[in-house]
Amino acid sequence: MDDTQLAAIVDAIVRELKESGAVKPAASSLDSQAASVSTNLSSPSVVPVKSRTSGSGVNLSIDLPDPTTPQARNTPRVKNPKDSNGLRALMASTTARIGVGRAGPRYSTASLLLFQGDHAVTQDALYRDVDQKLLDEFNLFTVQTKVKGGKQEYLLRPDLGRQLSDDAKRTINEKCQKNVNVQLVVGDGLSAAAIEANLRQIFPVVKQGVQNAGLTFGTPFFIKYARVGVMNDVGELVKPDVVVLLIGERPGLGRAESMSAYMGYKPKYGDTDADRDVVCNIFENGGTNPLEAGAYVVQIAQKMRKNQASGVKLKLAK
Amino acid sequence: MLLRTKLHGKIYEFPDIRLLMGKANEEKSGDRLAGVGAETAAERVAAKLILAEVPLSVLRENPAVPYDQDEITRVIQDAVDESVYNEIKDWTVGEFREWILSDTTTTEMIHRVSNGLAAEMIAAVTKLMSNLDLIYGAKKIPVTAHCNNTIGAPGTLSSRNQPNHPTDSPEGIRAEIYEGLSYGSGDSVIGINPVDDSYSSVSRLLDMTYDIIKTWNIPTQNCVLSHITTQMKCMQSGSPVGLVFQSIAGSQKGNDSFGISVGMIDEAYELAKKHCFPKGPNFMYFETGQGSELSADAHNGWDQLVMEARCYGFAKRYHPYQVNTVVGFIGPEYLYDARQIQRAGLEDHFMGKLTGIPMGCDACYTNHARADQNAIENLAVMLTAAGCNYFMGLPMGDDSMLSYQSTSFHDAPTLRQLFKLRPAPEFEKWMEDLGLIKNGVLTEKAGDPSIFLKR
Repeated sequence: MDDTQLAAIVDAIVRELKESGAVKPAASSLDSQAASVSTNLSSPSVVPVKSRTSGSGVNLSIDLPDPTTPQARNTPRVKNPKDSNGLRALMASTTARIGVGRAGPRYSTASLLLFQGDHAVTQDALYRDVDQKLLDEFNLFTVQTKVKGGKQEYLLRPDLGRQLSDDAKRTINEKCQKNVNVQLVVGDGLSAAAIEANLRQIFPVVKQGVQNAGLTFGTPFFIKYARVGVMNDVGELVKPDVVVLLIGERPGLGRAESMSAYMGYKPKYGDTDADRDVVCNIFENGGTNPLEAGAYVVQIAQKMRKNQASGVKLKLAK
Repeated sequence: MLLRTKLHGKIYEFPDIRLLMGKANEEKSGDRLAGVGAETAAERVAAKLILAEVPLSVLRENPAVPYDQDEITRVIQDAVDESVYNEIKDWTVGEFREWILSDTTTTEMIHRVSNGLAAEMIAAVTKLMSNLDLIYGAKKIPVTAHCNNTIGAPGTLSSRNQPNHPTDSPEGIRAEIYEGLSYGSGDSVIGINPVDDSYSSVSRLLDMTYDIIKTWNIPTQNCVLSHITTQMKCMQSGSPVGLVFQSIAGSQKGNDSFGISVGMIDEAYELAKKHCFPKGPNFMYFETGQGSELSADAHNGWDQLVMEARCYGFAKRYHPYQVNTVVGFIGPEYLYDARQIQRAGLEDHFMGKLTGIPMGCDACYTNHARADQNAIENLAVMLTAAGCNYFMGLPMGDDSMLSYQSTSFHDAPTLRQLFKLRPAPEFEKWMEDLGLIKNGVLTEKAGDPSIFLKR
């Protein structure tokens, strides 16, 4: 599929979704939120103004810009560089943290706190659950893998995260339509933030795309403590042609919003990554845009059905 | 074989040396995953009590993988100096611990005994050491090596300049190297982990780093940490290679999974002696890490500490310039949190030094381990006290290619100034000539990569 074709598919789906009110432009809703927050903070009725001379700090007003914007990140912290234009050029050549400056042999305060902020957002993504409200929005019921001991057990026992619990199997059997063309499943994986950042964009695109293609879209659900291998169990239970698993990736430093879509044709016990296809690095601004990724997923699902294969077998079938 | 003890009135018995060794380890998630970890804290100590009474000869006679099945076992056993071994084979592991720590045991005495040891003996005594034992014991065993400069001499601390880049951009890597050099990182090696393992990409990075070394006349060496077969091709084609690198495992099966063998490394070592541009005589660089054998199902049922010790016995065959464990890289299934990573880092450094190899450490963690930068800074302080040869130097400790965090360009000068240590002597002289360091302290000029934009 070439880029023009892909763009056309995305455009068509997004237009349709917008018309139906299913998708709002993400940026505008964020802007309005940010605007209302800052109005509150700067409102004189909330922050009382007192004389500066008191020295007690009660008139202190700290209202910082986000240090994680590209512009803030690329601010050189070296004091009196020999070649300040050259320093900027060096910094622009890599995403590594250079030109960060020092206090004695240690980091400048700004560089230290930016690093800690990036690590913090990564940690929060790992040890947090996906927001229930988001799951409710898409009517996703929740089942769990064999992990019973929380995040700790999830991290220690990758084998348990690849198997559905007996309760999960019962629930799925009761609630899910069987023998569908495409079964969409959402799993937390190693990043709740990745699901929260991308699901609102990608989910409607996949659903609509599948239905527009004249295929049946199975009953979607959410799996807590999921590893990629759990899609084998889903395949065995629901017997769909294609399983699509949206799952949070292991976070990089300051990048917790990266999601993957793993896909398999009639997944079954014993299938490995060699039997799967994946669209990875799904996130806005720098990764694979979630709207585009959704269109890709639909396209791959059609190809899998046509060739009755996925993974290495699908590559060989080309 | 009877291996039994009472502890607080309860009887503990272990069927064989393999399980005794596993259960005598400090807690590691990987040992649990392998099914050899202690079930209770008391069982762990019971195993240590028995292990303390085991003669060293029993450990030599029970290698983790049998001699006729594993070439790493053969490398280690064949290298044992039999006359030294005969002097110590009746010592118990507990006696061996006390001998290492004793104030009358000198560095020279330990260096001599190192040649009579097999990896399982080294792992056993490590299991009986507390953290401070490991620090104090290792500090007694400095191991130096020389390539274009000297690493590991007492009073020095070196830093690998690790300028990785998500797309191997030569410009981006060059910028990171400049930043690192301006902080005094690079006396161990300028060593890049490449994204692209191909000959053309690796040779291009070798040329680029060699150009920096020549332009600035830096007493150091370069290395591109590709698979060793790519580096062999580079050497044969005339690329400027400083150190020859490979990740290694402690069993033949583990090395199979890395696509290497003893014969292949032997061949690479001969090429290195012939083709590497530095003076030498040490040209090899190895990386290891607890858990890699288990992850390849190549541990033969043994615990990850024993398998790690065997890596060092393998490395010693090639008189390396530097060896480091990448201690937290493997993830929480093997080393769960900061405490386990710190313990493993201290163990690995001690075992390397007792083996007789010039040992450093990549003190690091991944984002899904229960650890943070503070934990890694703690480990670096402990290892510096232990006499660790070198650490990694990364831009603020953040590897933008491998997505993990390690020590930073800033950490080496901090630890040097804290512990009154210096860079490798030849490198310090170079830094002084450039005005980057004075009396062991960074000058105003340091920390500015733009000074390298014009020569």
